[in-house]
Amino acid sequence: MSEKKETEEKKTEQRTVLKIAEIDPKFKYEVSKILGAEKIMLCFQCGTCTADCPVARFSDSYRPRQILRMAQLGLKDRVLSSDQLWLCAACYTCVDHCPQDVEISSVIRALRNIAVKEGYMPPVFKELAGAILETGLAYKIPELRLKRRQEAGLPALPKADLESVSRLFNQTGFSKLVEKGGNSNART
Amino acid sequence: MPELKYLLFLGCAIPYRVASYEISARKVAAKLGVELVEMPDYNCCGLPLDPASHDVMLTLAARNLCIAEKQGLNIMTLCPGCAGTLRKVNKMLKEDKHERERVNGLLKEVGLEFKGTIQVKHLMQVLAEDVGLEKIKETVKKPLTKISVAEHNGCHVVRPQKHIGFDDPENPKILKSLIEVTGARCLDYLDETECCGAPVIGVNDKIPLSLARDKLSHMKAVNAQAVITVCPFCHMMFDTNQSRIERMFNETYGMPVLHYPQLLGLAMGFSPEELALKELRVDASKVVSLI
Repeated sequence: MSEKKETEEKKTEQRTVLKIAEIDPKFKYEVSKILGAEKIMLCFQCGTCTADCPVARFSDSYRPRQILRMAQLGLKDRVLSSDQLWLCAACYTCVDHCPQDVEISSVIRALRNIAVKEGYMPPVFKELAGAILETGLAYKIPELRLKRRQEAGLPALPKADLESVSRLFNQTGFSKLVEKGGNSNART
Repeated sequence: MPELKYLLFLGCAIPYRVASYEISARKVAAKLGVELVEMPDYNCCGLPLDPASHDVMLTLAARNLCIAEKQGLNIMTLCPGCAGTLRKVNKMLKEDKHERERVNGLLKEVGLEFKGTIQVKHLMQVLAEDVGLEKIKETVKKPLTKISVAEHNGCHVVRPQKHIGFDDPENPKILKSLIEVTGARCLDYLDETECCGAPVIGVNDKIPLSLARDKLSHMKAVNAQAVITVCPFCHMMFDTNQSRIERMFNETYGMPVLHYPQLLGLAMGFSPEELALKELRVDASKVVSLI
């Protein structure tokens, strides 16, 4: 595919006509009930978040303003299934700079949480969850490292209370989400 | 002065890959009279799972806070991700009665209750607020006057400002002053406050490596002889991934990346071996030879 054609396609993509059937007008209310995402409706699309976003600087497609707009418009399926949703580094620069005091990172986190419920979970989270259930920590620390700790005179790592961790996973409904995330729509 | 005794929350990344940070931090803490108590049966702070489930993050964080409450000690972390998460959750649960009751409902299952009796601080806060620059200065035996370095703060130590309330995220000065107390010069450089990109690794590698490369090039442009970090993830981006960046962009940086306690430790008179400098991927012997 020629570079010219790709650029043209991008332009068309930006000018896509929205079909009313694609829109869920109540989606923004669903999002605004989530802790941290309450102010989603206050976003007036000034673009400060995108302008100051370190990830957007190096990505052709990640635009936090666009994600917020898609959510406001109710383009639920499109925003929840987009790969871009997973590119936020949670550096919180946008949160500190937003003139409307919208916690953009937290809105994105809320959208990610909904996406996971809908079956879109990047595999890395399943790995992290597995390691936490097995060891209490996000990474399985190899035996060699533990031995080296001892050699370096560092205290042994405490034994994690795995029973409690597992109960909290169940109590919050996260265990079920992890099981579900292994199949269905997960893409990234 | 507050009692300098903390529960050390190690988190996951440090025991997994960045032991040199822990080794050097324990050395300088002891020298400063900061007592570190091992945190019993802690678990991951919760941050890595926040994108997947906010509730699981909240309960994992709250469980750690409850353990500290039982011990009756404030927490000190070395990782800004852990500090940011535990600080935010601690503040939110102290202030928001509704959320506290909801989270306590979930914690009941593991026999815990959040009461809101402790504080959480990152190493930098403990050094700047509780130990104080004056006292740190007294421990400097070999001022590092011949070296110039660049600092990289780590976003979660300062952002989001309304939840963290430490230093000025737009013009951070505290790490600079902690560096200057060692006698080293701390240089200003372009886009100094930008993120290293580490959290995106795993989902996309090109963007974070481009970001880190951008920062390395700005540091090099002002002739920094080393980068000083206070975060295991920033450290991995600049140190562990530096050779990858060099290959990807066909450039050479050779920029040593030291954990702040390694820099301070050198100024205190500890040997490079005692501070685990040999564990760094990018050789730091040239900058050490200037001391």
